[in-house]
Amino acid sequence: MAQAVLTAEKLNKYFYDPAMIHVLHDVSLSVCEGEFVCIMGKSGCGKSTLLYLLSTLDTAYEGALYINGIRVTGLDENDLAHFRNKHIGFVFQFHFLLPEFTALENVMLPALKLGKLNPKEAEEYAIEKLRQMDMHEHARKLSGKLSGGQQQRVAIARALINDPKIIMADEPTGNLDSTNTAIIFNIFDQLVKEGNTIITVTHDHDFAAKSNRILEMADGQIKS
Amino acid sequence: MMLPVNFKIVRAHLLSRKRQTIIAMLGVTFGIGMFILMMSFMKGMNDFFENIMLSVTPDIRIYNDYKTDYSFSVAQQYFGESPQSWIVIRHPRPKQITLNLKNAPGIISDLHKFNEIQVVSPLVSAQLLFNYGPVQLGIVVDGVDIREEDRLFGLSDKMNGGRPENLLTTNNGILLGYKLANKLNVNIGDMVTAITPSGVQSRFRVVGTYKFGISIMDEYKAYISLASMQQLLGKNRDYITDIRLKLKDMKNAAALASSLARKYRYKAEDWETVNASVKAGNLIRDTFTYVLSFTLLLIAGFGIYNIMNMVIMGKMKDIAILKAEGFAKKDIVQIFLSQSLCIGLVGAVAGLLLGFLLSYALSLVSWPEDEWIVIKHFPVNFNSLYYVVGLIFGLLTTALAGLLPALKASRVDPVAILRG
Repeated sequence: MAQAVLTAEKLNKYFYDPAMIHVLHDVSLSVCEGEFVCIMGKSGCGKSTLLYLLSTLDTAYEGALYINGIRVTGLDENDLAHFRNKHIGFVFQFHFLLPEFTALENVMLPALKLGKLNPKEAEEYAIEKLRQMDMHEHARKLSGKLSGGQQQRVAIARALINDPKIIMADEPTGNLDSTNTAIIFNIFDQLVKEGNTIITVTHDHDFAAKSNRILEMADGQIKS
Repeated sequence: MMLPVNFKIVRAHLLSRKRQTIIAMLGVTFGIGMFILMMSFMKGMNDFFENIMLSVTPDIRIYNDYKTDYSFSVAQQYFGESPQSWIVIRHPRPKQITLNLKNAPGIISDLHKFNEIQVVSPLVSAQLLFNYGPVQLGIVVDGVDIREEDRLFGLSDKMNGGRPENLLTTNNGILLGYKLANKLNVNIGDMVTAITPSGVQSRFRVVGTYKFGISIMDEYKAYISLASMQQLLGKNRDYITDIRLKLKDMKNAAALASSLARKYRYKAEDWETVNASVKAGNLIRDTFTYVLSFTLLLIAGFGIYNIMNMVIMGKMKDIAILKAEGFAKKDIVQIFLSQSLCIGLVGAVAGLLLGFLLSYALSLVSWPEDEWIVIKHFPVNFNSLYYVVGLIFGLLTTALAGLLPALKASRVDPVAILRG
């Protein structure tokens, strides 16, 4: 087995509003490099909550989380922001591009923020990523002018721009028609073949079938 | 395109909602513009009043402030001094006082030795009555050494007709304020008759008229030579009631006045003490202007606060994405605070321009015809200090107005937004 990229130990999460709910019960898991992990389960079982904990966006939990050998639990917000920028790529259910920017600029922003590449290199790299998604022809269009499927592909290119250790996706096909879903499936296939580590939450069994491992969740616990 | 990434976002945000940006800027522009206009005008007004005041106030005036010593009385001599008896005198009056400065020529020659003192102008002043048919006009007539008086107040620049030196060449010449000359219906070369309070009558030939631009000088004042006045009052050539001084630097007046007062044992008043009311008026106008301008800017600040709040409400999703992408709290604050500051900076610079144009336009507007003060246009002071203050004010208000929404934006919880 390859080295673990992400390890979670006994994560517990509570919601306090409107009433106290214990959302996650002692969730422990480990994801290895190059693995494609799907988290599945019914609505309200806590799978999205788990994903946001793993993504470091949500810091209000008990337990410990290690990503890439670093204990991220307890890091302050600015360090976490930098950590996400460098190591984690996001794909959301509702594409979530910035409407004032072109597709290319949307992809470039995280690279510019990281500052490893100069703007010219970042632009070249962003175009390369867009070409991978077959979106390079739309690079100069405002992201608001693109269709849903196109936007999601741009969002995936954006998630990849900083060569993250882990790609996290929250129902990446949840809001798309079957044609676009198929395109996104193929892209994820490709990403897995290239050796990316992916954690995704999904309802779609066809999508899940492509993964190395399916984590079935129920009542805040991983069943299998 | 080499802008840091945060500023790229700032620019995109500002340009994507041009109308809102421009409206927010206009708020600042009008605030600063009005501030500049009001400051320039108020300061122009202050300068104008100060100029007028200085044109008739010497830097230092030395005179005999008649204070009678009541500790000594004839009654005391009469009743004799004894510890058992009190002598109470109601409403004592001085028996005789002299208003002049004793040894005036000595003081004058001594004053000439001071390096700081530029002009020493002696004066004998008296209230004379001028006849205009049956009407008698009470006029303050100054008997002066006209050359020194000219150097003190720049009289030759204010002549309406004739020259001040004519007083020296004409026997019993008189200079009248132009309004007084009109009132008496006399022109240069005509004769006027003046009567002293003690009843002495004398005729003077008008040798010039002047125009100071203030009623008190132009309507109720006249100049004759020192010798004529001394003669008219039946005094000798050493009889001087006031000595007026002009200094090289008028700021030293207060200090010098008190030392002169001690030296000669006469009252010495500096221009600031005499014109304390004008100074107070200036202070009131300044305060008023600052308060009003501050209010205007505060309103502009609320405008920015509102607009930025609205922007942030609409940008919740974007903020969440930026945070997920790895933009830290401080980046978010920077992005949204910079937007306010951009609005503030551009708005303030435009406001400075607007303020300049408005105050320039105002300086061209003619002043309504006025009997009391002579002024052609609205007085405006173009001091660069107000422009600097305006810019700082503008940036400060927008920074404060932008800070609260920016901090609010930085506290957005991305999870709550992204989960929908």
